Amino acid sequence: MNLVKRGGLLLATLSVMVLLVACGGDKSSKTEQAQPAVQKNADGLTDFQMENGIGPVTEKIVLGEIDEAKAKAGEALFKSKCAPCHKLDKRLVGPALRYVTERRTPEYILNMILNPDGMVKQHPEAKKVLAEYLSPMTNMNLPLEQAKELLEYLRLVEKEGKEKGIQADPLFRGQK
Amino acid sequence: MKFYFKMLNVLVIAAFSLTLVACNGGNSKGGALKNSAAEKVFVAPGKYDAYYAFISGGFSGQLSVYGLPSGRLFKVIPVFSVDAEKAWGFNEETKPMLQTSHGFIPWDDSHHPDISQTNGELDGRWVFINANNTPRIARISLETFETEEIIEIPNSAGNHSSSFVTENTEYVVAGTRFGVPIPQRDMSIKDYKGNFKAALSFIKVDPKTGHMNLDFQVLMPGFDYDLSHPGRGKSHGWFFFSTYNTEEAHTLLEVNASQNDKDYIAAVNWKKALEFIKQGKYQTMPARYAHNVYSDENHTATSTMEKSVRVLDASKLPGLVYFMPTPKSPHGCDVDPTGEYIVGSGKLAAALTVHSFSKMLKAIENKEFDGEAYGIPILKFESTLAGTVEQPGLGPLHTEFDGKGYAYTTFFISSEVVKWKLGTWEVVDRKPTYYSVGHLMIPGGNSRKPFGKYLVAMNKITKDRYLPTGPEVCQSAQLYDISGDKMEMLLDFPTVGEPHYAAGIPAEIVKKHSKKFFKLEENKHPYATKSEDAGKVVRKGNEVHIYMTMIRSHFSPDNIEGIKVGDKVYFHVTNLEQDYDVPHGIAMIGARTSELLIMPGQTETFVWEPKQVGVWPFYCTDFCSALHQEMQGYVRVSPRNSNVKLSWSLDGE
Repeated sequence: MNLVKRGGLLLATLSVMVLLVACGGDKSSKTEQAQPAVQKNADGLTDFQMENGIGPVTEKIVLGEIDEAKAKAGEALFKSKCAPCHKLDKRLVGPALRYVTERRTPEYILNMILNPDGMVKQHPEAKKVLAEYLSPMTNMNLPLEQAKELLEYLRLVEKEGKEKGIQADPLFRGQK
Repeated sequence: MKFYFKMLNVLVIAAFSLTLVACNGGNSKGGALKNSAAEKVFVAPGKYDAYYAFISGGFSGQLSVYGLPSGRLFKVIPVFSVDAEKAWGFNEETKPMLQTSHGFIPWDDSHHPDISQTNGELDGRWVFINANNTPRIARISLETFETEEIIEIPNSAGNHSSSFVTENTEYVVAGTRFGVPIPQRDMSIKDYKGNFKAALSFIKVDPKTGHMNLDFQVLMPGFDYDLSHPGRGKSHGWFFFSTYNTEEAHTLLEVNASQNDKDYIAAVNWKKALEFIKQGKYQTMPARYAHNVYSDENHTATSTMEKSVRVLDASKLPGLVYFMPTPKSPHGCDVDPTGEYIVGSGKLAAALTVHSFSKMLKAIENKEFDGEAYGIPILKFESTLAGTVEQPGLGPLHTEFDGKGYAYTTFFISSEVVKWKLGTWEVVDRKPTYYSVGHLMIPGGNSRKPFGKYLVAMNKITKDRYLPTGPEVCQSAQLYDISGDKMEMLLDFPTVGEPHYAAGIPAEIVKKHSKKFFKLEENKHPYATKSEDAGKVVRKGNEVHIYMTMIRSHFSPDNIEGIKVGDKVYFHVTNLEQDYDVPHGIAMIGARTSELLIMPGQTETFVWEPKQVGVWPFYCTDFCSALHQEMQGYVRVSPRNSNVKLSWSLDGE
């Protein structure tokens, strides 16, 4: 009896050791590689990500005057890639987008276009919007350049909207 | 001390019993369920299999895609038969793929898949497979896992010794099982002997696009050409076909085609054939055969009827073909990775016959002939014989190779796989199959570079191996580990239809090229709708064309009015999604042609001929998002003479 117990103990100890060895390696190497600690919030996101979204755009971009040619290309893209779900002045499947450039930073908008799956899974703001609209935004697999053209178009429609005094459609129901 | 001794004792006993369990495999009760076998085939959730196996669907006419070692079924690729799941042969785009000189053929019997090769090694670009009944060869893309091309073979019947590729995929080759009148004509069956002929077809494959074209046929005596394989390495440029019914019987072949002690393996020098073609020694024969091509650009197939074929007459062109006598109605005709050995499996013989390619060349040079058949020299049996595998089993059928000097042959009657050594011809191992094994497959096992880890045996009969499902029970495949000295059976799994042969390939070669979605910008379908605002409904007499889009989770337009009873309504539906694994479906109540499943960026069409007045719904058939049940629409159908104007909308706009 005693023997069996001790044998069992030995085996148990061995298997624990095996487990330890098996699960050890990876973690330590990751922490070693980690860059100077970046502050993360409870969601595991950095301040930059909270403001600018999660995705391929990881630093602030510099915007100049609205580029008319790009905005025009963006308008065509909007029609084919976005219009099935978005209008400018009325919520449809997704939010009205005329004043999205007021709500979000340019980087956030680009990340939302380029990484919608990651955004609605991880970003608290995008999660809130998903809870309101229920349909997760589709990934149209656009290259960054085309996403930037869309951004130019969205900047242009914001400007035009203000000039014409067009009312914003609220992002959430019951919101002013 | 005493403690350690006891401890040791326990461990020894434990180890001993483990060994017992481990070695008790094969036919004991433990069988494949023992731990080690289970671990060897276990692919953890979310992990990938190491190999793709493309297993023929037999009388289903399709090609199935399995993972090895798990035996999990991923997909059934529709090839020669209509497939409701993928609307293959039902939607307007794919109907032309099943056109033949006999008209639209909705099903066939698919047999021997073979993967394209470069320098004798699997390159993973295409799989070819033959339709046995209405003779055709199909090419399947391993980027899209869809059938891209089907070419009919004229002057052929029972397209069985097909579809095997030469070592740079210069040609995919198709032989005929039945002798037939060439060209076809009204004549008495009794006049078969000497009057019926057989054609061996060499289909050229474009190295860039894969497009096939019937380059030439070799006209042969009216024997039955059963299986074939290309030469490789030193024998590249030759093609070998097994023959039976050299008796040229036309009735009760079961008896009458088994009279001769030996039939032949026909060695065709196709490089020589190319010289004859260059010299103009061919005859151009009128022929009718369909050539069907599907394009990923316009997502549409076209069918063209070809009108002639170039024919080389083997009886009149010395040096084109030689016969190697091979005992007892040989079935399998398999060439080892070096290209030196050609294995003939005389299905009624007690031994396997192995021919030597270099001895064959010498015999030809020295004219060691034993007569001729219809002007084709018969080489002396002893002159080409490399060796004989004596008493290996009963009913040998097919042989594949592991690249380590061993061959593996299936035995139908004795239900086993037998491993033997090339050169010494000694049998080194045998394992039972359950039951009546036909083909076997080792990934790359018919190339210069086999991947000798697994062997798949394909069984005709399963009887008591699975839960019964009425009189018709499944066929099966069995997986063996062949990495050690002895084969070990790991797994049984059911297959689609009767599996005649398979082709396997390391997943690494294929998966990186697998297409994720079709780019909308590149969609050249004449009825594509690339944005919602381009959606419309157009009437041309009683034909109505609906240009519709789909995206998670709505159709546009989704309300259509002005359709009348008696109209022929074409739904041209484009999936606007541009992401991986987001197909949408569409089903229209009362539509008789098909429901559609449309990949991202693709356009497909079905026809609906409404018979009844009313408001009729359509909906998405593929669960696409949390709001999938909301993805729907209505069509209003008015009486023939009504004045309701054609209109369409989404969300009232």
